Amino acid sequence: MVDTSNLGTSPDEVQFRFRDDEPVDHAAVTVDSCCDQTNAAAVRIEPGDDARVLLPFLDRLALVEVNFPSFGDGRGYSSARILREAGYTGELRAVGQVLIDQLSHMRRCGFDSFAPDKRLDEDDAARAFATWENVYQRAADQRRTIAEKRHEA
Amino acid sequence: MYRYDTYDQAMVDARVAEFRDQARRRIEGKLTEDQFKPLRLMNGLYLQLHAYMLRVAIPYGTLDSRQLEMLSHIAEKYDRGYGHFTTRQNIQYNWIKLEDAADILADLSTVEMHAIQTSGNCIRNISSDHFAGAAADEVVDPRPYAELMRQWSSFHPEFTYLPRKFKIAVIASEKDRAAMRLHDIGVRIVKRGDEIGAEFYAGGGMGRTPMIAPLIRDFVPLDHFITYAEACLRVYNRYGRRDNKYKARIKILVHELGAAEYTRQVEEEFAHLLSVGVEPPREELARITEYFAPPAFVDGPKTLDRSDPDFALWVDRNTHRHKHDAYVSAVISLKPAGGIPGDATAEQMRVVAKLAREYSFDELRVMHTQNLLLPHVRIADLHAVWTALDEAGLGAPNMDTIEDIIACPGLDYCSLANARSIPLAQRISERFAATGRTEVVGELKLKISGCINACGHHHAGHIGILGVDKKGKENFQLSLGGSEAEDVSLAKITGPGFDEDGVVAAVEKVTDVYLATRTDGERFLDTYRRIGMEPFKEALYG
Repeated sequence: MVDTSNLGTSPDEVQFRFRDDEPVDHAAVTVDSCCDQTNAAAVRIEPGDDARVLLPFLDRLALVEVNFPSFGDGRGYSSARILREAGYTGELRAVGQVLIDQLSHMRRCGFDSFAPDKRLDEDDAARAFATWENVYQRAADQRRTIAEKRHEA
Repeated sequence: MYRYDTYDQAMVDARVAEFRDQARRRIEGKLTEDQFKPLRLMNGLYLQLHAYMLRVAIPYGTLDSRQLEMLSHIAEKYDRGYGHFTTRQNIQYNWIKLEDAADILADLSTVEMHAIQTSGNCIRNISSDHFAGAAADEVVDPRPYAELMRQWSSFHPEFTYLPRKFKIAVIASEKDRAAMRLHDIGVRIVKRGDEIGAEFYAGGGMGRTPMIAPLIRDFVPLDHFITYAEACLRVYNRYGRRDNKYKARIKILVHELGAAEYTRQVEEEFAHLLSVGVEPPREELARITEYFAPPAFVDGPKTLDRSDPDFALWVDRNTHRHKHDAYVSAVISLKPAGGIPGDATAEQMRVVAKLAREYSFDELRVMHTQNLLLPHVRIADLHAVWTALDEAGLGAPNMDTIEDIIACPGLDYCSLANARSIPLAQRISERFAATGRTEVVGELKLKISGCINACGHHHAGHIGILGVDKKGKENFQLSLGGSEAEDVSLAKITGPGFDEDGVVAAVEKVTDVYLATRTDGERFLDTYRRIGMEPFKEALYG
């Protein structure tokens, strides 16, 4: 049995946060535990977890962490969008191997806080978040797309 | 053809700036090579055996003279005076310096070109029928749909770290000239009554486990086109295997789940995404389509003077029926006998660019067979075009013959290869040209890969050759009966492999069997399908 008592990141580990509310300050549980217990407000999704099993519990969740043990494993991007598409409005935190060049895409998929396991250069990160003035696709950030801008009256 | 507006240009410019910044951070040590690798790959930059290789995107294989002149300029300024056209309608430069890469991307952006997503585990350049917009048999021009997909797939936030690379082809006729069903997703635009929609095929591919993509939906309405593609990709991103890179392509997922179960999951995701709303506004497709309005064709002569036999042969071999009867599409062979398949010099590119400007409404195509194409040539101008091509060493009359070989770069360039492909292609084309057998044999598609990754499409060759390493020596396996066309099939191995001399002789032997057995009008492939493998085996090993 894996010890999961210290699962999750603390507010101190969050380097970038795009929310005004107070961050949740207690440990997260696994997806399995979240489904079994009725009071968990923070959960951590691993790449192989199905984010959709959390959908019945979204009302009580205030923090969902999506772990990127390896930056090349892109399943977490789908997990994030699925939660946002289902109406989840709580904090969505990218944790693990979160790098400069993933920030803008993660933001588009609905992540609004970032706890990289290695702190990022602030200037590089600011540039990365601002990389795309316009976007081609609809995504979880609700930005108007280039195609929509082209055809607005 | 499509032209960038300020938005498209700004996206490419932003990408060039981003890449410059990534290169800077790599040099400053803020990025490890492991972290930098996927970033440079997504900008088309590979590390090969001897140097960096840069692969430039040519969306759906369409370009104009100004763009080809830029490709020529890059070949001269940053490479060794030539470029190599690929089976996915792109061009690659084999001798690039890392420090020049950002400057090359900046040069490309001045002519609305880039190297975005020509590599990496993301959605690659969208390919299409090289005769699009010209072919007499198309339902519509497929390129507006490909362009819609280009925009959707560029910098897609969810699908940039897929399990593996992802290739999409879009066609719009019964004939398949883009190997559509050997793509991760193949799309065929079709008409149902007056309504236009799309057939979707998923899970095709070559590589070490070749698969033909099954049909997963026979009609996706146009206003759900992108939504359906997004559903296909999301299921793949979530459930494609990531434990083994050799089993990570979507074909393995579709195979392991079964096409029915994959389709069920896609349909479920599709229904969900329809409720979310990810489709671009309908007017966007209309806007894009306007760029692909047919040029102003004019009536003219429909016949030509065939008194020069060399010209007549080239016309018969290298031109294709056009939707306007005073025009044809003219294939520019990059397969001179004994040459390197797909290579063109900077000077040749300039010649072709000029011909496109003068004789083809300033339009050019790159074919998946590693040739170039002038899509709209007046029959009255054909002789002038052929004369200019012939002078530039581009007049080989060998489209779809045994000289029109597809070959990967092989061990001459590629760090993955087990064997050399290019010298073998050179020997075979030289041999058949010298003996005059090319014309006798007629249509015969020969494809050579230097390793199991199958970049040379050997699984889809009427004759396929795969180079392997056998105890430190190059060895070549022969296979027969593949096709990438609408009669798609996978080639079967004949038996034990051959050394280089042996495989050249073996190719001749199988054509002997064909010539001795064919009935009227039968192509090599037809004869093989009728008589089976045994007579060929008998000739090779008996």
